[in-house]
Amino acid sequence: MADITLTVNGQRVSTTVEDRALLVEFLRDALGLTGTHVGCDTSQCGACVVHVDGKAMKSCTMLAAAADGCEVTTIEGVAKGDALHPMQKAFNDNHGLQCGFCTPGMIMSGIDMVARYRADGRTLDEAAIREELEGNICRCTGYHNIVKSIQQAAGEM
Amino acid sequence: MHETTYHRAASVEDASRLLSASDEGQLIAGGQTLIPTMKARLAAPSDLVDISRIGALRGIEVSGRRVTIGAMTTHAEVAGSAELRSVCPGLADLAGLIGDPAVRHRGTIGGSIANNDPASDYPAGVLGLAAVIRTDKREISADDYFEGMFTTALDEGEIILSVSFDAPEACAYAKFPNPASRYALCGVFIAKGADGIRVAVTGAGNDGVFRASALEQALSLDFSPAAVDGVTVDADEMLSDIHGDAAYRANLVKVMAKRALAAM
Repeated sequence: MADITLTVNGQRVSTTVEDRALLVEFLRDALGLTGTHVGCDTSQCGACVVHVDGKAMKSCTMLAAAADGCEVTTIEGVAKGDALHPMQKAFNDNHGLQCGFCTPGMIMSGIDMVARYRADGRTLDEAAIREELEGNICRCTGYHNIVKSIQQAAGEM
Repeated sequence: MHETTYHRAASVEDASRLLSASDEGQLIAGGQTLIPTMKARLAAPSDLVDISRIGALRGIEVSGRRVTIGAMTTHAEVAGSAELRSVCPGLADLAGLIGDPAVRHRGTIGGSIANNDPASDYPAGVLGLAAVIRTDKREISADDYFEGMFTTALDEGEIILSVSFDAPEACAYAKFPNPASRYALCGVFIAKGADGIRVAVTGAGNDGVFRASALEQALSLDFSPAAVDGVTVDADEMLSDIHGDAAYRANLVKVMAKRALAAM
């Protein structure tokens, strides 16, 4: 067993996890943060994307023990109270989801790409968004509105 | 995933000690290949020694044209380094084509070349650049390092510290990704430097990354896409699988070589 202390959505958590526990298992099963989804469980689909120290990562492909000392943000941590994050609002405005299963990962990847492009002074146009979504799969194939949502949020974040 | 014991190494010496004290321990860097492999129960190390947080193994140093990349530097860091891009854009481009943004935030150059997946991108760049792989025991030239599919010159417990090379005059990488996995069905890295032309191919060969010597010779006489036409790539040395047969991959080597040349 591994003792870990980390911050999840601004809350400090100290606990013990199985050494082999994945970060996503810890978030969902131990903390009850079931907004982070397990889609493929093989690092392809991106439904499990969370931010670790401010960077998008696949929580099904990272050990919980490796997140010791890190700041983790999940989909539950992006809204401010009842006020949705601009990326969440944009998905709502543009009907950026159909079944909604991939949405938490899409939103976490969307926030990450907008922040990165802004930091680098690059323009996040439609082509760049489509390229950046390489690791997020929507089985409803609703990419068009997902891209529109991220474009809108990029202007509002 | 089978049970394992996780250790976070504070230093390279610490990692070495933890590894030799374990039964069947294994180093873990970003874990972007190792964790999926363990989940599929294709690997079951008794211990995992995490070296990804060792500060001394991270970072990119550019001094003149000499480049040194710490083994635990992530693909995103290599792709995003303006300093590296100014002297060696080909390698920064290559790193930006690995996996997807989330994978690039975690995967590392050291982890990639230690694994030496025959369809991974870095081996082509490292071999094409005639890089030197520095470990906790010695320095190994890329020509001696890559020994075949998933096989390297690393000894048991040997730890990669960094990858260094002299940035060539020009270099570029062209990749034909598998449409589903995005691994290289064929990736060609071409470097033009003081010591001549080097062409390294990943994804296509039946024994991992290799140097395409016929292409190197043809390009040293005529450094142009047209020179590629006259070269025959031996299909007998290519990988053949459900994603592409050997003849298809042999053709891809030439097509990707042309694209890399066009990008230089």
